[in-house]
Amino acid sequence: MLRAADVEFAYGQTAVLRGVSLAVPTGGFAGILGPNGSGKTTMLKVLSGTLKPSKGVVSVDGVDVSRTARHTLARRMAVVPQETHLAFDYTVLEVVLMGRYPHLGTFEVEGPADIAIARDALAATGTSRFEDRLFATLSGGEKQRVIIAAALAQVAGAAAGGGAYLLLDEPTAALDLAYQLEVSALLRTLQQRRPITIVVSTHDLNFAAGVCRSLVLLSEGRVLAAGDTGDVLTPANIRALYGVEADVRTHDGAGHLVVVPIARVPAAGEG
Amino acid sequence: MIRPIRRRLLLAVAGFGTLAAASILLAPLAGSTSIDLRRAFDTSLPFVENVDAQIFFVARLPRTLAGALVGAALAAAGVVFQGLLRNPLATPFTLGVSAGAALGAMLVITSGWTFGWAGLPAIPIASFAGSVGAVTIVYALARARHGGLSTNVLLLAGVTLNAFFSALILFVQFFADYADLYRMLRWLVGDLDVASYQPILTAVPLLAVAFGVFAWLARPLNLLSLGVDGAETHGIDVRRAQRAAFFSASLATGAAVSIAGPIGFVGIIIPHLVRLIVGADHRVVLPSAALFGAAFLVGCDVLARTLMPPVEVPVGVITAILGGPFFLWLLVRRA
Repeated sequence: MLRAADVEFAYGQTAVLRGVSLAVPTGGFAGILGPNGSGKTTMLKVLSGTLKPSKGVVSVDGVDVSRTARHTLARRMAVVPQETHLAFDYTVLEVVLMGRYPHLGTFEVEGPADIAIARDALAATGTSRFEDRLFATLSGGEKQRVIIAAALAQVAGAAAGGGAYLLLDEPTAALDLAYQLEVSALLRTLQQRRPITIVVSTHDLNFAAGVCRSLVLLSEGRVLAAGDTGDVLTPANIRALYGVEADVRTHDGAGHLVVVPIARVPAAGEG
Repeated sequence: MIRPIRRRLLLAVAGFGTLAAASILLAPLAGSTSIDLRRAFDTSLPFVENVDAQIFFVARLPRTLAGALVGAALAAAGVVFQGLLRNPLATPFTLGVSAGAALGAMLVITSGWTFGWAGLPAIPIASFAGSVGAVTIVYALARARHGGLSTNVLLLAGVTLNAFFSALILFVQFFADYADLYRMLRWLVGDLDVASYQPILTAVPLLAVAFGVFAWLARPLNLLSLGVDGAETHGIDVRRAQRAAFFSASLATGAAVSIAGPIGFVGIIIPHLVRLIVGADHRVVLPSAALFGAAFLVGCDVLARTLMPPVEVPVGVITAILGGPFFLWLLVRRA
């Protein structure tokens, strides 16, 4: 269980999170939705422990994240950023093996078991054929899948025990339509095969509708609504969150809810 | 198929180590006067009468060893600074260490101060003190509120400090007499003519500390190339790694510059050549760069001694002539 209780965070004087609480059960797939500047990415950073909340607690399976050693947390929780730019020309396999670093001693190097885990992760994300390629030469979608592979390799031991967490920050924001669908399918398949708890931050409503079982809607750093995707993703909530009139219906072909934005409507207080 | 890291490391160390060892063994034999190695090691002759031994042990061996140490230090420090700043174009001198060292040396040359410590003359002491001063200023500026290092501020502070110290150096030079100006120029170009083992012996403990930290840093540097957040979510204590990288690389650079002056380009050419050969993994790049840097600078010094006999070209001129075009090629290649 990944839980945030009454979390507050501010960049200097600017409050970004104002008393956010959420809970993602083990094996859950949760989405954090909200417009630009609503605090999605900050919430994900607080959940991953890279930002410390000024108030409130984030806990993983009942243990306070701020009291957990970085490398201990890293063995069970991996983060996939929106985009990854490497400063140097690492190969794809080297990038995925970086996921094994929290499992190694100070001067220990990756052994055959680590390489097997990395290759397994590459296979799971359909990127085995890129193994020897330079990461920088891949397309945006391919890079994203490799970084997801690195994250899988990072939490591999914990995944076997059911306590692995994968946090993804806007995983489809930099991708074209085909890659967006590919990443959606990949995440769904991964969770079916491995006991992983997944949290994504996104502003892509249809992506969230397709993959998330529960949603937290953030507006100006506060929780506007939270619960099962079907209950939360309503025209009323979308209007309140984005100021947009939308049609929400189950699409037979897609097999899940789809959101069709119709028109911008003035939010309360707007001309 | 990528070889396992252990094998790559062994291969690289064996290859570059052989190159470094060969250059250190052969370099003392080269020079404007040819020497007989057997005669140099002939203990039946008194040292004062054995010209070959004097040339070998007094003139050439110290500068060869100095070249190896300085080359290794600058190349490895270049790797660490590039990793810390996530910028392949950073050099050991980017953050102002050499400018601080130069200002210290210039002040001593122009003032004629003749203090010494532990057998060292005033110039290397002042240059090391100058680099410590520069490092302290840059660090104080770059330390963000939460205690981490802002690499943007590091870069800006370093570049600004370089410019500011260069202006102060010009000011000092403007009031110096011709003899002092010549000595300043020689120091600024970079020269391995150490003339004794003392500077080497003094620098060795400092470099040993720096290289010990480098060994620990190799893995964190790989993860730092993912960015601060990426490194942190992989379990790295980013603040500690950044601080260790900044201070150890500055220490190595300060020690190297105190021996030989600011010899340019070693800290950028070597890391890049090494990466082209062994890939990007810092665990292979760091030892390879240190060994290749040693071989490279010793080789450049042989060129410096033999190119225009009996005149010895300062080794900094050789590295700059080789390094300038290489750097431009690198920029074009990256573009």
